[in-house]
Amino acid sequence: MQGYIYPNEYELQWGLLIVLYPYITGLVAGAFILASLERVFNVKEVQPTYRLALLTALAFLLVAPLPLLGHLGHPERSYEIFLTPNRKSAMAMFGFVYAWYLTVVLLLEVWFEYRKDLVLRAQAAHGVGKWFFSALTLGATDLSERSLRFDDAAGRLITVIGIPSAFLLHGYVGFIFGSVKANPWWSSVLMPVVFLFSAIVSGIALVLILYLVTTLFRSRPVDMPCVDKLATFLFYAMIIDVSLEMLDFLHRLYESEESIGILSQMISSRLFLSLIVLQIVIGTLVPLVLLGVTSPALRRGGVARGSEELRRLIYLVTAVLVEIGIFSIRWNVVVGGQLFSKSLRGLTVYKVEVLGAEGVAITFGLLALPLVILWVLVKVLPPWPDVEARSA
Amino acid sequence: MRDEGRAPAAAPAPAAPEPLNRRQFVEAALKACGAAAPLLVAVIRIPAAGGQEAAGGVEAGYDPTGHYYGMGVDIEKCIGCGRCVAACKAENDVPADAAHFNTWVERYVIEDNGEVTVDSPNGGIDGFPPLESERGMLRSFFVPKLCNHCANPPCVQVCPVGATFATRDGVVLVDEKYCIGCRYCIQACPYGARWFHPTKRVAGKCTLCYHRITRGLVPACVEVCPTGARIFGEVEQRATPLARFMRMNDVQVLKPHLNTKPKVYYANLDGEVR
Repeated sequence: MQGYIYPNEYELQWGLLIVLYPYITGLVAGAFILASLERVFNVKEVQPTYRLALLTALAFLLVAPLPLLGHLGHPERSYEIFLTPNRKSAMAMFGFVYAWYLTVVLLLEVWFEYRKDLVLRAQAAHGVGKWFFSALTLGATDLSERSLRFDDAAGRLITVIGIPSAFLLHGYVGFIFGSVKANPWWSSVLMPVVFLFSAIVSGIALVLILYLVTTLFRSRPVDMPCVDKLATFLFYAMIIDVSLEMLDFLHRLYESEESIGILSQMISSRLFLSLIVLQIVIGTLVPLVLLGVTSPALRRGGVARGSEELRRLIYLVTAVLVEIGIFSIRWNVVVGGQLFSKSLRGLTVYKVEVLGAEGVAITFGLLALPLVILWVLVKVLPPWPDVEARSA
Repeated sequence: MRDEGRAPAAAPAPAAPEPLNRRQFVEAALKACGAAAPLLVAVIRIPAAGGQEAAGGVEAGYDPTGHYYGMGVDIEKCIGCGRCVAACKAENDVPADAAHFNTWVERYVIEDNGEVTVDSPNGGIDGFPPLESERGMLRSFFVPKLCNHCANPPCVQVCPVGATFATRDGVVLVDEKYCIGCRYCIQACPYGARWFHPTKRVAGKCTLCYHRITRGLVPACVEVCPTGARIFGEVEQRATPLARFMRMNDVQVLKPHLNTKPKVYYANLDGEVR
């Protein structure tokens, strides 16, 4: 502690679990927007990752409410958000936004996308498997040309609805923070937009990692045009994200409101590692340089043309760095917003516990859980283009 | 004319159930939704307006519509003894530690060079240690703080379930049986007036001693203040101690630019106080 903080500020209210929440919803929104690139914007190169991106979004969305529930003082009362929502509260809409996104967007889109596969697998399977896959088809077993065309059209329509929904999902999370006028670190009209673009960045990076790692484990050749395209989009999304963050930063600096003194102090002391080192240098500048040089973003074939193997390695490293950077962004927003006193006279500290309800162990568990869910989803709904081609 | 509504007898019964066409499906779905709607309405409990004050522990017969409460604080009168803090903790079952306060006292020291030092050791509950300033002291004063019972309370706005609410007599309360413990209200309060109860796992705050004021008593902090630095009363009525205090002094509120419309009014407030 340094300077003066209100006595009620000794305890930090929103810890690691609340850092996790925008991080995970960001991955969901980002992965979905990546999927929509192929579906709606006809970026054919990224087709091999379309289904993987969809399943990734679904797996992470299923986990997204868990950190929130775990953080509540009374999780057993959480259903009140649905029953008696306070319509004036930004947070009250979470349940509805979440339910909309899960049921109307993701589950429906996955179902339409996989219906044909499910029917084929139900026909081929025996016993429990047959029963299971038949149940997943929801009885819609028509594989006629016309109904497959309908599947495709429906999937496209849902994606068109899904893009603004993904924007809503994560922009909304940004609004929860950006609308707190009591907190000068959060209160910013740019917050939802910054959240959104950092979400897109994190989603693309995640799918890139998952694609590279899974092809490695499946000993399949990597579709280089696909990963080149992913790297290119990652670069573009990062440029927009960085520009927005710079705008926010410059705006604060130039306006120089009464909070500027304590915020500068916080950045140069408490947030030095997580903001300057992890978010800006490791998570942004290094990846931008690596991608700028190797990916075809700036010049067809890359500025310095490396071998495919080298490029894959660089993409993988870059994507991991980007994920670290985006996690740091969430940390800097959520924890940073509570490290300075609202008296603007002092700084406090956040001590992370390792075990305990909101500790590091639980956090890693919650980060691993979506990967486990994804593994199950992949078993039930194989997203691999080669398998898809065979089953067709 | 009784035969009018009868279906034509010639229509043969279908041999096997036909699959639903789209229109039939939509009709059936809408009917199902219609049937489910009353159930949903029955489940959603709409809190009755009259029931709100009951959460604060009010006796029957009290009429909240006849009151609108606030508090005045005369900074020149506060001697920093901390009795208000102790009384509040005892009266309202506030955890005894140094991180949970409904009310606390801050000491401001402004030195000759303009440097400001603020402290509030243990919320000021045991008073303050002597000042040891090497430089010359320009001025020093104590500022009692508490929930401002804002007329435009951001904490009430953000509560996702409506567990925190403003009563009709102008007091911001928390329904402990309803609060889900998300702590958004703590984040939204610009004054640091809210805290999280470590065992009840709900948000805690100053109630203006609602259980006392609705019985015609004054809040505990007002009751014990030896110098009369705190003035409790009606904001909108003319012949009350608070109204007189507001007439006789230049009063200010904290962080007015946030438009929270606080109802704790300070006399002789220094510009350094946030």
